[in-house]
Amino acid sequence: MSFISYLISGISLGSIYALIALGYTMVYGIAKMLNFAHGDIIMVGGYAVFTAMSTAWCPVWLSVIIGIVVCTVLGVVIEKVAYKPLRNAPPLAVLITAIGVSYLLQNLALLIFGSAAQNFTSVVDGMPPFLIVTDNGAQFFTAVEPGVRTSLKVSMETFLSIVVSIIIMAALTWFINKTKAGRAMLAVAEDKGAAQLMGINVNGTISLTFAIGSALAGVASVLMCSAYPQLSPYTGSMPGIKAFVAAVFGGIGSIPGAMIGGVLLGIIEQLAKAYISSQLSDAIVFLVLIIVLVVRPTGILGKKIREKV
Amino acid sequence: MTKTTKNNFITCGITLGLFVIFGVLSMTGVLGSQYSGLLIPIGIYIILSISLNLTVGILGELSLGHAGFMCIGAYVGGIFSLMTQESINPSWLRMILALIVGGIAAAIFGILIGIPVLRLRGDYLAIVTLGFGEIIKALANNIYLTMDKNGLHFSFAAAVTDADKETSKVILEGAKGIKAPQDTNLVLVVIVLMICMVILMNFINSRAGRACMAVRDNYIAAQSVGINVTKFRLMAFTLSAAIAGVAGVLYSHSLTMLAPKKFDYNLSILILVFVVLGGLGSLRGSVIATIILYALPEIFRELGDYRMLIYAIVLILMMIFNNAPAFIALRERIGISAPVQKIKGIFTRRKNTAGGADNG
Repeated sequence: MSFISYLISGISLGSIYALIALGYTMVYGIAKMLNFAHGDIIMVGGYAVFTAMSTAWCPVWLSVIIGIVVCTVLGVVIEKVAYKPLRNAPPLAVLITAIGVSYLLQNLALLIFGSAAQNFTSVVDGMPPFLIVTDNGAQFFTAVEPGVRTSLKVSMETFLSIVVSIIIMAALTWFINKTKAGRAMLAVAEDKGAAQLMGINVNGTISLTFAIGSALAGVASVLMCSAYPQLSPYTGSMPGIKAFVAAVFGGIGSIPGAMIGGVLLGIIEQLAKAYISSQLSDAIVFLVLIIVLVVRPTGILGKKIREKV
Repeated sequence: MTKTTKNNFITCGITLGLFVIFGVLSMTGVLGSQYSGLLIPIGIYIILSISLNLTVGILGELSLGHAGFMCIGAYVGGIFSLMTQESINPSWLRMILALIVGGIAAAIFGILIGIPVLRLRGDYLAIVTLGFGEIIKALANNIYLTMDKNGLHFSFAAAVTDADKETSKVILEGAKGIKAPQDTNLVLVVIVLMICMVILMNFINSRAGRACMAVRDNYIAAQSVGINVTKFRLMAFTLSAAIAGVAGVLYSHSLTMLAPKKFDYNLSILILVFVVLGGLGSLRGSVIATIILYALPEIFRELGDYRMLIYAIVLILMMIFNNAPAFIALRERIGISAPVQKIKGIFTRRKNTAGGADNG
């Protein structure tokens, strides 16, 4: 039973990683840049939801929408102001600019909200756990009565993370493959010049990619802060790195790859935490990544690019 | 004297001169204690950034785990000093041995990491080096080492309990880090810095250095003219790791207590920022950028919390101004590109076609 419980929490954590990794991988696919500020967008989203929720008049659903909108706008603004002027610049210059944006967001948050961690109230605060398994059998949406031993408990946050992620991934897959805008994104990722010749608005498509990626980061921030209710200016950096790892793990630039990579990474992390060592779980995650990349240098679903002279 | 040699002498001269001037100023008390305290860390960071420049600028591979090699050097060197604190005297001899041991340890890790990692290229290599840095940090965070008369006792994730209480000496304490003896002084840092710089310059201008640059500029062409790509890449990577390890030894011996959380990926990124802003492949640029960027937050100290914000904005604006195609065109039109070209190596990107002549 405990294995199943670790597995479920791993999938839940992994689906949050997957949402963040999607932002990384889409931006990488289309702009060929590592958006190091992506993790900090999550942090900003968390603070936006936190601020909105702490005002009395704002209901939870509106706070969540505010958070997602703030992230989306922020992502597009960052792209327009910081990355667009560097469209044809050397990749390292863009990378350093992204690092600069990341510093900027962290320090802005530090100035406005202070360095102390805030206690984030879960968006499903007060709701009973989704599933409990006791000696009497499984029960859904039932609060645990005091004194009753549960062998498996799936909290509402865990359930929410998994369901929301599945819905979003399905919607994204549909959007990318079936709509005109989504296929324009694929085309721009494949070949920017040729896409422009085909009449695709390249700048608009890139902005759209950043908007979608940042909106996903906004959703991820709500889910992550609900599951791990601590919010500080550096909240976003470690999940950001792990999601980046997940994106590379699955093959960077590949959308299903990011999903699989994220979920696998979450499972590996939780199982390592449970069965090997909780302090060394990060080291184990990175070790697995290194082994995977050495065996399969382009990640799980990455495309092999043959170099031509 | 060739142009390269002259350039190298100028770079060494600038670096040595700056340290002599500021060292004298700090000794005579003209430079306040606030700035005097910066000299040793600046020296150490210069060693780090020139060593990273070898990987990023000359080898052309993005490494995000440089702090990991520094951490290995810092820990191995520190452990060595603590273990031999009684047996090896005077302290300068112990320190020199610690530097060598720390450098060799980092080099060994450089080879071990390099063999699998250098099969990869580009962003994949970057992420693996990042992962390596995080692994080293996580391990350092959980290692406990105690020495007593029976030898060393070490364990993961818990304090050592099997050591003899009376004779034992705690060397590593997990997240608390390492308390190496404070043997680093400014003269030593400057000497080590100059040695590292000369080694790097000679490496870059050697057959191996030119081979690395050929691989950076065109992998396939380099292979086709018979360059042993793996060998030279591994050589440069290992040298870069070893020098970072040496810097780590200096670093751990300059602080009363060094916690492993210092060696996170932000440190690697910070060094990378120095290297990129200084100019890829330009050692002189790395020196100047490190001095400016390390001192900048200190100069802005009166601004308090706003200083890191300003730092971030300066960083973004500098990158856009120097690299955006629109700004490059604008600079050329209004004719300020000439002075910018003159301070080449500070902010401009080294042109790939410039060959080996311009790495001073």
